Amino acid sequence: MIAIVDYGVGNLFSLKSSLQAIGCEAQVTGDPQQLEQASHIILPGVGAFGDAIKKLRQSGLDKVMLQQAQQGKPILGICLGMQLLFERSYEYGEHEGLGLIQGQICPIRQVVDEQLVIPHMGWNGLIFPKDRPRSPIFATLSEGDCVYFVHSYAGFCCDAQTTARTEYGALLTAAVQNKNVYGTQFHPEKSGVVGLKILKGFCELEGNR
Amino acid sequence: MVTKRIIPCLDIKDGRVVKGVNFLNLQDVSNPVKLAEYYSNAGADELVFYDITASFEGRKLFVDILTEVASKIFIPLTVGGGINQLEDFERVLACGADKVSVNSGAIKHPDLIEQAAKRYGNQCVVLSVDAKRVDGAFHVFLNGGRVDTGMDALEWIRQGVERGAGEVVVNSIDTDGVKQGFDIELLQKVCELVKVPVIASGGAGNADHFTQLFQQVPKISAGLAASIFHFGELSIADLKQQLAENKIEVRI
Repeated sequence: MIAIVDYGVGNLFSLKSSLQAIGCEAQVTGDPQQLEQASHIILPGVGAFGDAIKKLRQSGLDKVMLQQAQQGKPILGICLGMQLLFERSYEYGEHEGLGLIQGQICPIRQVVDEQLVIPHMGWNGLIFPKDRPRSPIFATLSEGDCVYFVHSYAGFCCDAQTTARTEYGALLTAAVQNKNVYGTQFHPEKSGVVGLKILKGFCELEGNR
Repeated sequence: MVTKRIIPCLDIKDGRVVKGVNFLNLQDVSNPVKLAEYYSNAGADELVFYDITASFEGRKLFVDILTEVASKIFIPLTVGGGINQLEDFERVLACGADKVSVNSGAIKHPDLIEQAAKRYGNQCVVLSVDAKRVDGAFHVFLNGGRVDTGMDALEWIRQGVERGAGEVVVNSIDTDGVKQGFDIELLQKVCELVKVPVIASGGAGNADHFTQLFQQVPKISAGLAASIFHFGELSIADLKQQLAENKIEVRI
């Protein structure tokens, strides 16, 4: 069973539906026991970093996430969920994250030209780093496949754990991985057939049950 | 670079897709769920659903349709029509919508934009504006282009973005339904004014009109149309092919 972490942030309808569409049983849950029993955990999220990390801590699920990551369970953070995996964020102040991915979350405006609109919203191509093996969740993708982004902040100083980038006036972090912990800045559940392939790739990772 | 988006728009009344010429004289086209699936497979980058129902029953039917669409189609969905308060945002977001478009509801209560942006994020709030030329200026119109609010459209768009709208749909009533091309003059003015994505609407009659749009207004993020797609006059695949041949980046 795939657990979608429910901590009161964001809309989980599409994520659950997309997992059903690829034949994966998914449960939206905020129950620590169910997260422990799940084979895989997906951490979604939209909105502001500060609010989200606060809610995650208040529910005690931050500790569960760290513990499950430690045990080697495949974890996927999506959009803000990915950002929460980082060490810290500078979105409206400074906030500490879960620290499962090295680096920090900063406004993309610091590297994106004034002429380009923000949020970076829409379909953009994935660029995979040439100097490392392809991350398993992207195994069935082709270079340049488009996925759907909506964000004004992104991961920085995370080069060693970056598994995909995208070009928007500058190269932005599109996906990260630290062993069994994965993150996508884009929304696979909104990225059509390509997105479903990524979710399938994640769900097929070997998890402890 | 982020690709230019092609967005079919589905006007829904009593559970069916309709599209009016100049908004009046509505014609029935097709089943919304089937049409949405068809577009998603054909390469649409996003879908917009406008609920133009006035009745309670119609609204309920719309929610059912939206839920069905969102459980089968995994591209972004924007929903508009009848969004007057925060509860309306909640109602459609719970069914799987990603973005909510406000039009007359925001004109009546501009605070709605701020409240919604604060609760759901700027990326969720789309300001949709129906604009028409009046005495050399662009005015904001209501009720499908029948009522002139007297408000300056550019000033309203500027305010809306300042209040937190993360995207703007500009629908030109002068060009809508006429199929002679998008309203380049209006769209250029809006793109100069705001730093959020702008979606062009109203006037697409063939693929050349989209090419002209993206070439003449390079900052525009997306082109939206209804009837030329619904009636099969133009396929999204052919359109994207032509755009790509003209060096306009699209998702193929």
